[in-house]
Amino acid sequence: MRAALFVTCVNDALYPRTGVAVVRLLERLGVAVDFPAAQSCCGQPQYNTGYRYESEPLLRRTAEALAGHPYVVAPSGSCVAMIREHYPRIGARAAAEGRGTELADLAAGLVPRVYELTEFLVDVLGVTDVGAHFPHTVTYHPSCHGLRALGLGDRPRRLLAAVRGLDLIELPGAEECCGFGGTFAVKNPDVSAAMGADKIRAARATGAEVLCGADNSCLAHLDGTLRRAGAPLRTLHLAEILASTDTTATATEGKHPR
Amino acid sequence: MTATHLGMPAFPAAAREAVRDDVLRANLRRATHTIRDKRARAVTELADWDRLRAAGKAVKDHTLRHLDHYLLRLEAAVTAAGGTVHWAADATEANRIVTELVRATGEREVVKVKSMATQEIGLNEALEAAGIAAYETDLAELIVQLGHDRPSHILVPAIHRNRAEIRDVFRTEMGRWGRPAPDGLGDDPRELAEAARLHLREKFLRAKVAVSGANFMVAETGTMVVFESEGNGRMCLTLPETLISVVGIEKVVPTFRDLEIFLQTLPRSSTAERMNPYTTMWTGLGPSKGADGDGPAAFHLVLLDNGRTDTLADEVGRQALRCIRCSACLNVCPVYERAGGHAYGSVYPGPIGAILSPQLRGTGSGIDASLPYASTLCGACYEVCPVAIDIPEVLLHLRERVAQGGPVTREGIRVRIRPARGHTAERAAMRAARLLLERPGALRAGERLLSRARRLRPRRLPGPGSAWTDSRELPRPPREPFRDWWARERGGRA
Ligand code: SF4
Repeated sequence: MRAALFVTCVNDALYPRTGVAVVRLLERLGVAVDFPAAQSCCGQPQYNTGYRYESEPLLRRTAEALAGHPYVVAPSGSCVAMIREHYPRIGARAAAEGRGTELADLAAGLVPRVYELTEFLVDVLGVTDVGAHFPHTVTYHPSCHGLRALGLGDRPRRLLAAVRGLDLIELPGAEECCGFGGTFAVKNPDVSAAMGADKIRAARATGAEVLCGADNSCLAHLDGTLRRAGAPLRTLHLAEILASTDTTATATEGKHPR
Repeated sequence: MTATHLGMPAFPAAAREAVRDDVLRANLRRATHTIRDKRARAVTELADWDRLRAAGKAVKDHTLRHLDHYLLRLEAAVTAAGGTVHWAADATEANRIVTELVRATGEREVVKVKSMATQEIGLNEALEAAGIAAYETDLAELIVQLGHDRPSHILVPAIHRNRAEIRDVFRTEMGRWGRPAPDGLGDDPRELAEAARLHLREKFLRAKVAVSGANFMVAETGTMVVFESEGNGRMCLTLPETLISVVGIEKVVPTFRDLEIFLQTLPRSSTAERMNPYTTMWTGLGPSKGADGDGPAAFHLVLLDNGRTDTLADEVGRQALRCIRCSACLNVCPVYERAGGHAYGSVYPGPIGAILSPQLRGTGSGIDASLPYASTLCGACYEVCPVAIDIPEVLLHLRERVAQGGPVTREGIRVRIRPARGHTAERAAMRAARLLLERPGALRAGERLLSRARRLRPRRLPGPGSAWTDSRELPRPPREPFRDWWARERGGRA
């Protein structure tokens, strides 16, 4: 099987290790990974801030860059939700404004082929035990887009539960938003910070070593909050945990702090 | 809407004050978490919740699509039952109608059933200006009124107050409005409720005129419906001779049978009760006038538009008019929980307020332009809404209106509004980001620059970026972007 990686702009620029982890993980599971280099950003920052017209060229670029791949995998629930929920809306609005069906067609062509990482693993590959080894206590924050927009359900938890050596601790109030919300974090900094502080308080109270999530944008906010507070807890993308094996487990530890 | 909210600072500034108020945050957290957990349990009890939700949405959508038809039908039914229907295009007109109706009775005071519509139009203030005292009789509204405060929640207007604060308000203020609080009043909920009961009883027995809203109006029969928990509303709806109801035009439902859906979904969503303790219904005039209805001696219905038909003209935004004011979205909203209800600068706070106020009032003011951004788009509000209003979708739609401008209907006329002020820098940044992201060559160069400058990474950013670095560290740029790793390690295969 072949799959195209849509790494997303945040991961490309700031969290390449997540992309590397997805590549290693999928290759280990027998998937040949392509990286269409023409990809950039899904347009979520623009669209979510109210700049629909600015998001249109990015819809076009993303759809064209990922054309022809039967499976597209992205390690970001919010970017997948952008494509699945909002691309068709953007296309429909453009058509309603008398600008033709090009964007709607591009959206319709892309949407059914795009998978969030845990969906791809569980639904397409049919695996929950990906052969990972990660001997740490972990608590999982399901980001809002993964939880509600995509309905990922217990897929991430099932994947984590099957990791050897991993001790999964439930995060109280897990379904509550962490307060990132894209430009919300800078438009409403006080509320955002208060929400982030409550989230890390809950995460620290679990006593876990690692706060795991499947969306690096949320993790960037939480990690930044944790580091400012000088808290020992560290954040890690789910893909990096699933990619670790007996041989990589020690290498991921501490050596490249986020 | 009401004059009391004019000149509100925009949401982020108002929220900053609330976030720093530890007592307020604790009050809100306790109250919202208790009710949200109870709601979740009350909803799981019904196996057909999803179908009830879909049915509620369908009934509301159908009615809104044929609103003119159902309103005329309602008017005919109310009139046939002996009531009088008045149409009010906006707050000024509605206030004038109610003031004249009260004046015509010769009374100088009215008792009020808790109503969002009368708050929306600032009726109490308008009556006061005309020399008429309006007494709130809902316990929480009474607390707000006595405390010279503003409501901060749709259903629990005094949610921002704890028991000790309420006791203090009762002790100092009750005497100025009527029967004073008993000596040595404590902060036990029962004691507080009893003090309010005695204080209000005097008013109920004296009042000749009552003003209410309604949760539903039945077009086919002209029946008005009020759901409540305390019974104080029923006292107002049954004791006084004249009843004036101010109701938003979106509250009409076609038939009596439609109530069956909302009788199940509204109480469970709002107070987590299986059934609301008091459901009061009345149709036209009562027996004292020889009519065969069950209403008061005189009944007036003021149908309020105040921005609703303009909202109805917007194909994405109109779903906000499905709202049955249950407040479930407020109770699950993480932003409401921290910012408090007053930060929204409207009688409709929380997620529904963030989409309703900028539509009813327009996005011209700073507060209204900031409300669509008062959300992380986490989706919790949509998940709980008993009439399935996709609040995040409407928020995005309104953000677009604020940032880009676009077509809107104002007083029945289709106009194109310009982007709200103060978005120039943001627009430029969004455009620059898009230009960069559209050109992978430029993007790659930018990423490499970021990687090379990683040592120079400042701890605090200037300008809007400081909002991030005030409370959080910046992410550390990596040694190389992903696409460079790919080109190095797997390049041959791409
Ligand atoms: S928007 Fe929905 S959840 Fe919120 S108050 Fe209205 S009906 Fe209730």
